[in-house]
Amino acid sequence: MSGHSNWPEWIYVAVVIALMAWVGAEAWETERLIEHVPEDAKIIIVTGQQWFWTFEHEDGTKEIGELHVEVGKAYKFEVISKDVNHSFNIHDYVVLMDAIPGRVNTVWFAPDKVGEHDIQCREYCGLIHYNMRGTLYVTEPSS
Amino acid sequence: MTLELQKPRPIWQIMFSTHHTDVGLLYLITSLTFLFLGGSLALGIRAELFLPGSQIIADSMTFNRIFTVHGTTLIFLFIIPFASAVGNYYVPIMVRYKDMAYPKLNAIAFWMIPPAGVLIWLGFADFTWYATPPYSIISAPGPAADMWIFGLKILGVSSVLGALNFVVTILKCKHPDMSIGQIPLLAWSFLSSSLIIIVAIPTFAAALLMLLTDRLGVSGFFNPAMGGDPIAYAHLFWFTFHPEVYVLVIPAIGMMYEIIPRFSRKPIYSYNSGVFAFVMLAIVGFSSWAHHMYATGMSFTEKTVFMVGTLAAVPASAMHVFNFVATMWNARIRFSTPMMWAVGGIALFFSAGAGGVVNSAMPLDFTTHDTYWVVGHFHLFVMGTIAFGSIGYLYYMFPYVTGRMYNETLGKIHFVLSFIGTVLVFFTQHVLGLYGMPRRIYDYPPIPEWIAMNQIASIGAMIIGISMAIFLANMIYSAGKGKPADTDDPFGLGGRYYYPFEAKNPSH
Ligand code: HEM
Ligand SMILES: [Cu+2]
Ligand SMILES: [Cu+2]
Repeated sequence: MSGHSNWPEWIYVAVVIALMAWVGAEAWETERLIEHVPEDAKIIIVTGQQWFWTFEHEDGTKEIGELHVEVGKAYKFEVISKDVNHSFNIHDYVVLMDAIPGRVNTVWFAPDKVGEHDIQCREYCGLIHYNMRGTLYVTEPSS
Repeated sequence: MTLELQKPRPIWQIMFSTHHTDVGLLYLITSLTFLFLGGSLALGIRAELFLPGSQIIADSMTFNRIFTVHGTTLIFLFIIPFASAVGNYYVPIMVRYKDMAYPKLNAIAFWMIPPAGVLIWLGFADFTWYATPPYSIISAPGPAADMWIFGLKILGVSSVLGALNFVVTILKCKHPDMSIGQIPLLAWSFLSSSLIIIVAIPTFAAALLMLLTDRLGVSGFFNPAMGGDPIAYAHLFWFTFHPEVYVLVIPAIGMMYEIIPRFSRKPIYSYNSGVFAFVMLAIVGFSSWAHHMYATGMSFTEKTVFMVGTLAAVPASAMHVFNFVATMWNARIRFSTPMMWAVGGIALFFSAGAGGVVNSAMPLDFTTHDTYWVVGHFHLFVMGTIAFGSIGYLYYMFPYVTGRMYNETLGKIHFVLSFIGTVLVFFTQHVLGLYGMPRRIYDYPPIPEWIAMNQIASIGAMIIGISMAIFLANMIYSAGKGKPADTDDPFGLGGRYYYPFEAKNPSH
């Protein structure tokens, strides 16, 4: 139509497609690696309910609003909900998994430093969603 | 070109008219009203978040209702009716037909919007703009929730009726001398977005009814206590609303296709790639909906499929950006108010898309999902791209609709303040998201970075608020008292850059 040749646009589109392919491939590879749960991971059952978190360790001990784990060990969270949707989040460790009634979702992490981190709810769940918070304590192994 | 009959008429003649420019005017006034109403709610939200603790909003319930109605209003009662306004004014003219294909249906589609708006505003629901179950079934207080559901139901029907009308007007009523390859890109944008609406909306319409019967306790589609699954709702919702984001953005891009070549005083770089990119977005937009659901516990395969589907739509968006930049390249650009808005809108469109790619890459989305990053991401589209394109277009239409010129200096001040404000609010919100602040929270712990960035965002919002007050004053004053416009060349571009056809007199 408009007389001029269109090669700059073709090059540009090719570059964008290549970039997207690269982003996709990197994302795919990373996600594949981080979804692989170590076999010795300890299971923690995380229950979300309006508006607090409960944690149940393998030995049956329960914590509310606080979670104590040991540095250097792997943990697998089984995230469930008693009422509406929530989302279990430890932002510093990029742990994020929705708590959905009727489902068990899993996510894992292995804390690598001693310290304290915020736990929060990242899915809207009503009145006190803004304060559905907790604290993660990563401690030295008691051995 | 003129878009409006100059002789003054009583308001009821416009209200009961079915002529496309009259219905366009009704859409326009309605959408701008809701822009200001919804925008005021945003100022309330930003004032509340200026500091931790309770500021101006008494309790979290009120806060939750405010952000729910804010989002619902601006998407469904500002952006969509604004596009319909532009489509009503321009599509018949662009296909050289006397009116929309079904004028009465057109008026009916418009008149469904005010009652829906009233339902949403009188109800003031709190369950966010996606009404997720089971919260929306077992926790959200009625009758607000039910009024919202009915409001959205009505808006959905109105959208589908409007879309059918655009499709028929373009495909069946266009002048026989014109081929489909000759209609302007703005008309193509309405054809593409209307086709998306027709395919996408019925799914949400069904989900809304299921949600309502779930609330009434007679079904349990999405209620786990009755054997249902909330994830099913998420799929139905996003199957409609990911494509719907293209319904929102495509007409705004179409408006930029009217503004940018004209004020660059050049033809568009490539008409064909504009058409191609619209059609691609309309099709590929259906392959990515569950990128909103990476954290719901989908399998690795599902996540991969939807990531690929999302990334596949990016080249089409990028083609529009290229087309605009290539058109402006070496052009004799005239930076009148409409052009400033359009160019600013493209810059923000590009930034928004770049953030979207980050969301799409699944491991990165676990950092950004449901934080302020996502709020920043989609506001760069809805405010930065769509509202910018729309406001630019409003300035562009103004002389044709009113026969008068707006104040150019105030128009430019409006743009500069809005642009600064938009960058301050929504770029900052991206960073805030990286620091982990969840969205939809009434209060937050006093983390120094969070406070600083919330304050920058709130100041940005105030700047936008001030610019919008200037805008309102400019529009109201100039519509009545502005200096008469030269409707052959209101922007001093030289006559041959304008659209050659006029609206036909309704009294035929
Ligand atoms: C380059 C194109 C785009 C890409 C790659 C993209 C990607 C994404 C992704 C992956 C999400 C999910 C983020 C999350 O919740 O974690 C998202 C959210 C969103 N996007 Fe986009 N997007 C693009 C274009 C658009 C456009 C054009 C619009 C609107 C006009 C838009 C509006 C939204 C909205 C409203 C949400 C958030 C919905 C919510 O959770 O409330 N996006 N986008
Ligand atoms: Cu929550
Ligand atoms: Cu989407």
